[in-house]
Amino acid sequence: MRAARLSVVTAVAAVTALTAVTGCTSKSDAKDGDRVINVTATDAKCETSKQEISAGHVELAIENKGSKVTEVYILFPDDRIVSERENIGPGTKQRVTAEVKAGDYQIACKPGMKGTGIRKDLKVTGGSVAKRDPRLDKAVAAYREYAQEQADATLPLVATFVKAVEAGDLEAAKAAYAPSRIGWERTEPVAESFGDIDPKVDVRADGLEAGQTWTGWHRLEKALWQDKKITAAEKTLAGQLTTDLTDWQKRVGKAEITPTSMANGAKELLDEVATGKVTGEEERYSHTDLVDFKANVEGAQKSYELLKPVAKENDAALVTELDKQFAALNALLEKYRPNTTSYVFTSYEKVGAAQRKELSDAVNALAEPLSKLAAAVAK
Amino acid sequence: MTETQGSSPSRRSLIGWGGAGLALGAAAAGGAVAMTRTGDDVDPTAADVGAAVGFHGTNQAGIATPVQDRLHFAAFDVTTTDRAEFVRLLKDWTEAARRMTAGKAVGEGAYGGLAEAPPDDTGEALGLKPSRLTLTVGFGPSLFAKFDLADRRPDALVDLPTFAGDALDAARSNGDLCVQACADDPQVAVHAIRNLARIGMGKVVIRWSQLGFGKTSSTTPDAQTPRNLMGFKDGTRNIAGTETDRLKKFVWVGEKDVKENSAWMVGGSYLVARRIRMHIETWDRTSLQEQEDIFGRDKGEGAPVGKAKERDEPFLKAMKPDAHVRLAHPDSNHGATILRRGYSFTDGTDGLGRLEAGLFFLAYQRDVREGFIRVQRNLASDALNEYIQHVGSAVFAVPPGVRDKDDWWGRTLFSKEA
Repeated sequence: MRAARLSVVTAVAAVTALTAVTGCTSKSDAKDGDRVINVTATDAKCETSKQEISAGHVELAIENKGSKVTEVYILFPDDRIVSERENIGPGTKQRVTAEVKAGDYQIACKPGMKGTGIRKDLKVTGGSVAKRDPRLDKAVAAYREYAQEQADATLPLVATFVKAVEAGDLEAAKAAYAPSRIGWERTEPVAESFGDIDPKVDVRADGLEAGQTWTGWHRLEKALWQDKKITAAEKTLAGQLTTDLTDWQKRVGKAEITPTSMANGAKELLDEVATGKVTGEEERYSHTDLVDFKANVEGAQKSYELLKPVAKENDAALVTELDKQFAALNALLEKYRPNTTSYVFTSYEKVGAAQRKELSDAVNALAEPLSKLAAAVAK
Repeated sequence: MTETQGSSPSRRSLIGWGGAGLALGAAAAGGAVAMTRTGDDVDPTAADVGAAVGFHGTNQAGIATPVQDRLHFAAFDVTTTDRAEFVRLLKDWTEAARRMTAGKAVGEGAYGGLAEAPPDDTGEALGLKPSRLTLTVGFGPSLFAKFDLADRRPDALVDLPTFAGDALDAARSNGDLCVQACADDPQVAVHAIRNLARIGMGKVVIRWSQLGFGKTSSTTPDAQTPRNLMGFKDGTRNIAGTETDRLKKFVWVGEKDVKENSAWMVGGSYLVARRIRMHIETWDRTSLQEQEDIFGRDKGEGAPVGKAKERDEPFLKAMKPDAHVRLAHPDSNHGATILRRGYSFTDGTDGLGRLEAGLFFLAYQRDVREGFIRVQRNLASDALNEYIQHVGSAVFAVPPGVRDKDDWWGRTLFSKEA
């Protein structure tokens, strides 16, 4: 049993290794015309000159014949970006290159640079490739889409927060603070996979490394709730937050995501709750910990729900337990939310020691079985 | 008295009481000989430090078993309302306990499994000997209010009355169930509780727990009597694991003790756990004479007042009327006798710079009313009370032992056919 499981893990790891090779969008110097795929993009179509190509260097010669600005991607089966080119204006030509290993890919055109795009299959032949359960690829793709949606939806909320700070409006900034963090908290494992963004936007005072300047949400949180004033420094920091989160939004699509990383990411979200939120450390000035708490649970549940069909096949008892514990934790959280249509939760200052233990017990009750999800997916 | 049916492949231990008795002194002093409960087969390879104690038997291990050096005790609250799920947990716990007491890792082990999933066992006991680990489970009065068990609560499992001087902290008291882990290596005891707590997540939560060191009483009469943190020998006349008659009379629940509703307790016992804080600093500035008067024994030898040797029969009337030994002695309590397995504890300091320390008192008896309650009431005028305070309290019904590899903790209570 164990040997069999191990071999599957090896196979998964091999897929990861294969997919780690990504291309670049620099101008190609390919001379072999066989290596070029012509892509004709319009507002309604995405025509490709080849549906099959051998492994190696590949170049997309793109022409936008539509009326909208478009972008073109080469995508892995799980929707991770192999290579991309944005802002291809109407009537213009662009080139995209990539190194591709054998496997199934898609070319996507996104007229108006929105949505999931118009897809065309691309088969890359030669060499050997480990096949993954297509349901898992689908789950990863859907999760990637979710992460992107969260990032896309976060930016306007951040803009509201930043505007309030820049206007020096203390109360408006306080009100906009917690909502601006929800999308980030829901997808934190993905966000954190970009090691350079997290320390800029979500670091707490005690997490600073020597010589690091404190920036991001929590620095502003301290200004708003503890110092109770907005100075020029905060206004600058607010602008920086927008810049850093825009960077995040742009890079979400390239995050390394696998079925097991989704499963463990769900568990990590609960770990975040267990170590930072249940203790009240995360939002020590604003006491909006329960908002993050809820967002972490929602993000974990999203991962779980996407993996559930496969997990259920491998470990039905685990799925039953997880359904039960997610429901229990959500029901407990609802006690602290007067209005289920809003994300206003009880201030964590007002949550007593016994209630915090109850929350902590519920988190453990969910996180422990959740730690078994990766195994259930990798079987 | 007990029999061992079934066996796990790599179980190590197994020296009968008779053979082990002679070497018990050495075992207690540093652990030179392994022992198990009565009736287990003799295994000559077990004569090394920290061998395994047999898990199966008529009574649970960890009561009359020779007292190990270390303790990790945990009280749990049950959070599940699903009886089948709770029974499943008891079975899972039993299986884990069976493995851990044999010195084996839980489940599929601590390594070698799927790289992307956490291992079944937490791993900190890898490479350590079984260390005579015993795991003993008990059910608190509050459990019987759940799962429709109210009618099966034994009469002898009473809620403890309030005793004079009690300063009980609810956060250190009570619990639906408990697990007592005793071992010669503290890491082995902590590992056991940690893994059981982990297996229990979602069904039970830890309510409170206590680490103990330096056993304060012995169930092996030939061993040197250990000392408590006040520096006095404690448990000179404790019930020994070899005293079959006294165990039967004072510790094990017999068939005549139970009504139909509590027949499931035959072979079990009742546990009282008390966290007793010692006012260490004031004790330490008390004169030697007063200290000895308070206990009724001398500090060096442990001899009762007026006697020369520790094991000389005490003459109670020679002691002060409020001497601890005099008040606690069976002769002052209509013969009431309990089996003590307490441990010293120190949990750092208390915020006022005082040592947060004392005795974690564990006593087993056939009936709590005839055991702890009777003795504790008599101790109301104990001179020692000036230096101690009971700050935590719990009582549990400890079910009979797990008979064999198909049996599980609490089966007699939870099985309909039992």
